[in-house]
Amino acid sequence: MKLIIKTVTKPGSTRANKTGAWRSFMPVFDHKLCSKCGICAIYCPEGVVYKLENGFFEPDYEYCKGCGICANECPKKAIKMVLEGK
Amino acid sequence: MRKSMVVVEGSYAVAHAVKVCKPHVISAYPITPQTHIVEDLSQFAADGEMNCEYMNVESEFSAISALIGASAAGARTYTSTTSQGLALMHEALFNASGMRLPIVMTVVNRALSAPINIWNDQQDSISQRDTGWIQLYAEDVQESADMTPQLFKLSEDPDVLLPSMACMDGFILSHVYEPVILLEQGLTDEFLPTYSPEFMLDTKNPMSFGAFADPSTYTEFRYKQEKAMGEALRKIEEIANEFKDIYGRYYGGLIDGYALDDAEIVIMAMGSVIGTIKDTIDELRHDGESVGLLKVRSFRPFPADAIRAALKNAKVIVTLDKNISVGKNEGALCTEVKACLHNTDTRVPVIGFMLGHGGRDIPMSMIKKIINKAKLVEKGIFVESEFADLREDLA
Amino acid sequence: MSLLKPGHRGCAGCCDALAGKFVLDALGEDTIVVSPTGCLEVFTTPYPESAWGVPWVHSLFENAAAVASGVEAALKALGRKNNTKIVVIGGDGATMDIGLQAISGAFERGHDFTYICVDNEAYMNTGIQRSSATPLYASTTTSPSGKVSFGNPLNKKNMPAIIAAHGSPYVATASVAYAPDMIKKVKKAAEIKGPTYVHVHAPCCTGWKFEGSKTIEVGRLAVETALWPMYEMENGAVTNVRKLKNRKPVEEYLKVQGRFKHLFTMEGGAEVIKKIQAIADWNVKHFGLE
Ligand SMILES: Cc1ncc(C[n+]2csc(CCOP(=O)(O)OP(=O)(O)O)c2C)c(N)n1
Ligand code: SF4
Ligand code: SF4
Ligand code: SF4
Ligand SMILES: [Mg+2]
Repeated sequence: MKLIIKTVTKPGSTRANKTGAWRSFMPVFDHKLCSKCGICAIYCPEGVVYKLENGFFEPDYEYCKGCGICANECPKKAIKMVLEGK
Repeated sequence: MRKSMVVVEGSYAVAHAVKVCKPHVISAYPITPQTHIVEDLSQFAADGEMNCEYMNVESEFSAISALIGASAAGARTYTSTTSQGLALMHEALFNASGMRLPIVMTVVNRALSAPINIWNDQQDSISQRDTGWIQLYAEDVQESADMTPQLFKLSEDPDVLLPSMACMDGFILSHVYEPVILLEQGLTDEFLPTYSPEFMLDTKNPMSFGAFADPSTYTEFRYKQEKAMGEALRKIEEIANEFKDIYGRYYGGLIDGYALDDAEIVIMAMGSVIGTIKDTIDELRHDGESVGLLKVRSFRPFPADAIRAALKNAKVIVTLDKNISVGKNEGALCTEVKACLHNTDTRVPVIGFMLGHGGRDIPMSMIKKIINKAKLVEKGIFVESEFADLREDLA
Repeated sequence: MSLLKPGHRGCAGCCDALAGKFVLDALGEDTIVVSPTGCLEVFTTPYPESAWGVPWVHSLFENAAAVASGVEAALKALGRKNNTKIVVIGGDGATMDIGLQAISGAFERGHDFTYICVDNEAYMNTGIQRSSATPLYASTTTSPSGKVSFGNPLNKKNMPAIIAAHGSPYVATASVAYAPDMIKKVKKAAEIKGPTYVHVHAPCCTGWKFEGSKTIEVGRLAVETALWPMYEMENGAVTNVRKLKNRKPVEEYLKVQGRFKHLFTMEGGAEVIKKIQAIADWNVKHFGLE
């Protein structure tokens, strides 16, 4: 890596940092309970809950930090926080 | 007087030079003795003579901060200040240089408070020595004006990209009426290319400026700043010569000599006092004394090699400083000159004199008194550094 | 996909990350962001990385408004302003304390930009020290509760009123807990010509001491107890308020946060909570929240 002067950095390059490793609890989405409201995607601070083609939502576990906001906010209680490695 | 010369105030000559450099954004805050420069620029803006955004900000801190934003967005930017205003900018000066933004600023040198004093010395810019700004010191009004396009060209050079200060002595140069040549628009357009930075804040090519650097990368940013200063060292000379080719005027690049080659006593100084020293030397040379002058034009980057080469025949070196590092009893030029000679074979005494603080006049008689003290060195009577112009009745 | 990219180092459940994301959701690609020093700035741009998908610049802690005004002036001078939106996203400390002068200058000059204050009610980046946004009786590391102290003894500064007094055409309060409302207000602020302001309430799990999963829940409670009134001001007059149906007592908000824990354990705590309730009551009356 050569330094670009002006302390300039490229857009979106934090993607190199896989924050999924921070997680101790993992959100597990139950599509059977889901109403496809999208609230989980709105309030994910990492912006990593994505809408699938079938209209359901899933997180990108490479970056999900396991904060649990999505589970807490889901009106259908369709997301469970599960201890990692279980 | 040459035909194209006009008699104007020093501040006007500088403001006019700024105008012909066509900055996109000017942002400044008034403070004596810089005020006339910003008033003149405001008038140019009011008369529609400048196609630029002129920002009346609420402080010097915001003046420099606005230029940091403007320069990052790709604009050519200018400000001017002095003394308390420059001190208020301190934190942002490091930032502008670290972000490699080629802002140009005229510093109208003035003493710092307390006690509050509006007159000239160079404590203000000298105190910003380590902020990463290029600093050139002008000898007269014409040079103060001519430095402006030279510094835009230097600062904006892709190999340099460092902000710069054109330092001119307050009142002595800013308020004096002298015959000068106002910089011609045509010649300036020829001399100074338009500014087109490689990176800027642009929504079509989004980049982030001013990242957070941890110990694994911070050092290299500092190193690159130092390398850029090294480039500037080379280019100051080059640009001074290009300026000479186009405008026909030259003031030295990094340094300049006067009656220097065979001089046994060499006086070193920066700024308007150079004029007084030259007049004194003329008289002393007439009387057969071996005295010369080494004008330091560039204080940052510091031209150590050029100074060493210029001093190789000197028997005694005298430095004059309109500043003091309190607690070191020495001015900055004295310290720098001593340091640059240390690891060389030049083993001659360097004696430092501090004078002209807070606007105290420096007459030719003072320069003569200093030279007489320098002569005593051969007899072994030796002061390392002292105030040259103390009033014994107050001291 | 969000223009604030993942991989940043914000705490799990971070309010500042949410605020940054909502601002970019509202404004889109043709936006230049100026950030003062603070959590959001530090955790999004560890060299050589950046989470920002739009042009972004950080200079210092106290000068973001001045930097933004310079960006605006430059774009105008260079003929590149067009519809580009310039937005500052700054913390409460950067906004209400150290940067206040630069903000005052920029609003007076009338630059076309929007200032978003992400108010997490303390200096989080340096470890939860009090700011002039810290609410009455919150415990911080520089206003701790102790044997003879209930914590921060001063009232929160009314920043929206200060901005409104500068003649700003649009001033609004919002909350990260009400995303659609916040996005709507940020968009509206940016579309209105001149200097506009949105003050965003942002519950910080680390600084306020609650679990990261509760960031939105805590934000909602602040609104539901009337401790965070949500309103819009146009040309100095309040033009819209979010009405409350079943207002909750302030205890419900206070008891879920570690920074107010001492109010429930110290002798005299109940009296002090009454003073906080009085603030909520004043908000209800002043803004006509009910
Ligand atoms: C001049 C100056 N003083 C102090 C600091 C240290 N400092 C950096 S960020 C910060 C607090 C930031 O608080 P706030 O603006 O509320 O943002 P937050 O981190 O809470 O989101 C402080 C005190 C600094 N960087 N510069
Ligand atoms: S919040 Fe719950 S119900 Fe709504 S989309 Fe997400 S998982 Fe489905
Ligand atoms: S747990 Fe947190 S980070 Fe992970 S998907 Fe849910 S909201 Fe996003
Ligand atoms: S301390 Fe608060 S604001 Fe800072 S990163 Fe953590 S959650 Fe976000
Ligand atoms: Mg804060």
